[in-house]
Amino acid sequence: MKGLVARLAASLRRILAIAQKELIQLARDRLSLGFIVGIPSLQLMLFGYAINLDVRNVPAAVVDQAESALSRRLVGELEATRAFRVRSVVRSEAGAIRLLERSAVGVAVVIPPDFDRRLYRGRGAEISLLADASNPTVEAAVTAAGSGLGAQLAARMAPFASGQATAATRALPLGRTRYGPESDMVRPDAIRVAVVPFYNPERRTPVFIVPGLVGVILTMTMMLMTALAVVRERERGTFEFLIATPVRRTEVMLGKILPYLAVGHVQVAIVLTLGAVLFDVPIRGSLAELAVGAAVFIAAMLTLGLVISSPARTQFQAVQMAFFFFLPSMLLSGFMFPFDAMPEPAQWIGELLPLTHFLRIARGILLKGASLESLLGEVGAIALFAVATLAIAVRTFTKRIG
Amino acid sequence: MSAAIPAVIEARGLTRRFGALLAVDGVDLEVRRGEVFGCLGPNGSGKSTLMRMLLGLLEPSAGSARVLDLEIPRDAERLRPSVGYMTQRFSLYEELTVAENLRFAAQIFGLSGRRRRERIDAVLADSGLARYRGARAGALSGGFRQRLALAAAIVHEPSLLVLDEPTAGVDPQSRREFWERLFELAAAGATILVSTHYMDEAVRCHRLCMLRDGRRAALGAPAELVRALEGRVVEVRVGHLDAAIARLADAPEVASITQLGETAHVLLAPHAPPAAAAADALRRRLEALGFPSPSAAPGAATLEDVFVALLRGEHLEGGPR
Repeated sequence: MKGLVARLAASLRRILAIAQKELIQLARDRLSLGFIVGIPSLQLMLFGYAINLDVRNVPAAVVDQAESALSRRLVGELEATRAFRVRSVVRSEAGAIRLLERSAVGVAVVIPPDFDRRLYRGRGAEISLLADASNPTVEAAVTAAGSGLGAQLAARMAPFASGQATAATRALPLGRTRYGPESDMVRPDAIRVAVVPFYNPERRTPVFIVPGLVGVILTMTMMLMTALAVVRERERGTFEFLIATPVRRTEVMLGKILPYLAVGHVQVAIVLTLGAVLFDVPIRGSLAELAVGAAVFIAAMLTLGLVISSPARTQFQAVQMAFFFFLPSMLLSGFMFPFDAMPEPAQWIGELLPLTHFLRIARGILLKGASLESLLGEVGAIALFAVATLAIAVRTFTKRIG
Repeated sequence: MSAAIPAVIEARGLTRRFGALLAVDGVDLEVRRGEVFGCLGPNGSGKSTLMRMLLGLLEPSAGSARVLDLEIPRDAERLRPSVGYMTQRFSLYEELTVAENLRFAAQIFGLSGRRRRERIDAVLADSGLARYRGARAGALSGGFRQRLALAAAIVHEPSLLVLDEPTAGVDPQSRREFWERLFELAAAGATILVSTHYMDEAVRCHRLCMLRDGRRAALGAPAELVRALEGRVVEVRVGHLDAAIARLADAPEVASITQLGETAHVLLAPHAPPAAAAADALRRRLEALGFPSPSAAPGAATLEDVFVALLRGEHLEGGPR
């Protein structure tokens, strides 16, 4: 028993020695460091910027069923957000849908006939955005604009609708004594915006992309970092020094994985912070639970990197193999294309990819505020992948040369 | 005599193939405790492969070895704590500083706390690296890298030290100091297996094993190996020495001829007459070719002659195996 404890302590010391060494190497390798910080930032900017462009000036049709001063004001405010440019005003929803069908507009804004009445009675009014979801970027743009639009409009329109009206707007026949308490009018949820995706079951939004991006970036960098950390030892000849020491192969592997678990979480933090600051991506669920899910996913990517490192003779080969795995992950995980819309065989392959499951975890926790507990199946699938790849890595990683 | 000093390494028919290439072919050898045992041979003769097999880093195709009373390759992992290995190519981490590399080596070999600090300070001081402890290993010159590699290999005080061409590409002064360190370590009780292709280093070893095409071509103390070539060396002095060397190179008595300053150093062929008679024959040859007043006399063999004889395919054994 005592011998076992001593052996475990010795083993732990060796693992930590490797981990410490990896961290020093990493900190002094500017290229790798740039890779870790640069990839998430760059990816986020690329995806985010593209989305940001699309958010502006989506051609819109307005179905103004209220036909009131307030509804016209709403249309004006809608244009002022610069998310939409109103192309035409139509009388019926059917007319708007025809425009959508022809792709004449990307979105139809439906203002219900009881818009003024509900607003004045403090019940809150709802406008609908019918988005052309057959074009994911348009749909994404509409959803992006739609989130927070209600609050934005409510805030902008509060002066008109409340007793606090300015001189310029006092002419409007609104008063809190007649139309309900003032607080109702400035409440951010006074105007609700419902985004209705048309022609596409899966809603895709920039908000959707950032959680996915977390997984994509981890897939790309984590797998590569460990694979390179091992292959580099072989390429530079330091492997021969290492295998001539009492360090065990599992200790080498764990020592290489450990620092990158932390590095992976740094990347998650970078993406989420930039996502929140630049693109208002919400974090609705528990960050701690996300971190747990991410840890399992990062571990899976790291062990996969170890598997890659065995047959790779050069760092270049390791990069090639990493992309061999990376591409299907990008395409079949539901990151690029809606998972449910993929053909079934593609879905089967997708189910085998850890990214598919991590996307569900990340989107579930970040966007829907889901608990990790409700996503245990996904966590289990990733954990299974990690254990399987670790077993392969242990089998193929030898303390021998030649 | 060999029974009195226990063998640290005992190789039995070690063989390694790489595809069609037979890199090491049935090598037997025995290294005794406290010995500085040299492994000499041209590039590609199998020195590194032999050492890697003895360390259990490379699976032998046939044969086995007993190293520090452990069966190799079976017990290779149990051998690790007692062995220090310095690879041919610099194999420490260039991004790490001198002290960080040593700390890593010490940690990996299980040293901790005060003992680790003491050992690191000791090897830093002994290797003359104390001033460079904060320098990146990648920024060190060849000589200092080699010192660092040795320091890392001995930080855990191994009883067996295996050094694969440790002084390749290092200046003579550093090489000399390096070998002084090796003898200090051997005097302190370590057994050292070292490969080299420098004759001046080989001659300092207690015993030598020479390899040719993966096979053992000679084994013995340097002096014994040289003694085996007694009576096979002639020194020739003559004007137009380079022309004379060119004309004598194909003479039947001559195995090899090289210029050493103002004399031509001749290794006689195995079937040539004894040195005195051969010297006469060579002198007459030069006179017949019109060289003015040549002189030739028996000379002393060197380890280089042994090496040349081996490369020509001769097999030499000196003393007990």
